[in-house]
Amino acid sequence: MSNKTLQKLSVEKERCKGCGICVEFCPKNVLEIKNNKVAIKNLDACIQCGQCELRCPDYAIYLGGK
Amino acid sequence: MPSQLVDKYFRTESLPHIWCPGCGNGIVTRSIVKAIDNLGLSQDEVCIVSGIGCSSRASGYLDFNTIHTTHGRALAFATGIKFANPDLHVIVITGDGDCAAIGGNHLIHAARRNIDITAVVFNNNIYGMTGGQYSPTTPTGDKGTTAPYGNIDANFDLCELAKAAGATYVSRATVYGANMIIKQVEDGIKNKGFSFVETISICPTYYGRKNKKGDAVDMMNYLKENAVNKVAYDKLPEEKRKNKIVVGELFKGQKPEYVEQYNKIIESF
Repeated sequence: MSNKTLQKLSVEKERCKGCGICVEFCPKNVLEIKNNKVAIKNLDACIQCGQCELRCPDYAIYLGGK
Repeated sequence: MPSQLVDKYFRTESLPHIWCPGCGNGIVTRSIVKAIDNLGLSQDEVCIVSGIGCSSRASGYLDFNTIHTTHGRALAFATGIKFANPDLHVIVITGDGDCAAIGGNHLIHAARRNIDITAVVFNNNIYGMTGGQYSPTTPTGDKGTTAPYGNIDANFDLCELAKAAGATYVSRATVYGANMIIKQVEDGIKNKGFSFVETISICPTYYGRKNKKGDAVDMMNYLKENAVNKVAYDKLPEEKRKNKIVVGELFKGQKPEYVEQYNKIIESF
């Protein structure tokens, strides 16, 4: 479990092209599109499933940041 | 701290990549890298070969031994590389136009020889880079810039083609089910022989717009709803099979591998 807490959801905005795939397939409604870029609106709800990272075509969102 | 996977295996100075917003190619590229990472292969043990097209840009973003070759000829170059250095894991990244049209002959002969190469086809049903011309995998009736009234050609089933030509591992996955791509590329690399992984990608810019399929999210949802595993598909009644995308491992066979056979002859002297 300790490993899990290290896997914080992170965003690299300069890589995001705003396609919205991560927002659509996030099971916990953690993400939103703001000014054509992804933004984290509710980090507490994140269950670190990695569905966003798996389908992000631009490598802009991932687990494992600090 | 940036993504470890991307940091380790990508040429990050060339990111963000050139692909359009919502293009599925980035998802497949990451899946291939993840598969290599899962297998624990070092970057020097892997050679990525690509042809020409949107998909084939991938080799430029990846930090392995990479070669960006001519249109349709990725498999021909890869055959040479595998011969010269049989210890390399050679992975070919190619598009539907690249591998099924201009490179069609290279595909069938690489499969016939059963050379130990893993070919990953990014099938987005259209020629994206050159402006949306219809490709051999554009479904009959769908539109492209060169088929404004609908394509009258029958579309290729690439997996059937590879299987019939002699590939020993054939599978298909969609970019929605990216975990499946990771698993299949792993299995493809492990298979000693020609492995063919068809990935159903999305092109919202050309294929999606020309055929009113909506944006990237709509196209992903379409894949989610219409992809059916082979086991489930075989049980479906005929009337429910229409327009379904059959995914999963479609064929696994056993045949002598080409480079091994060649080396046997050399050793016999």
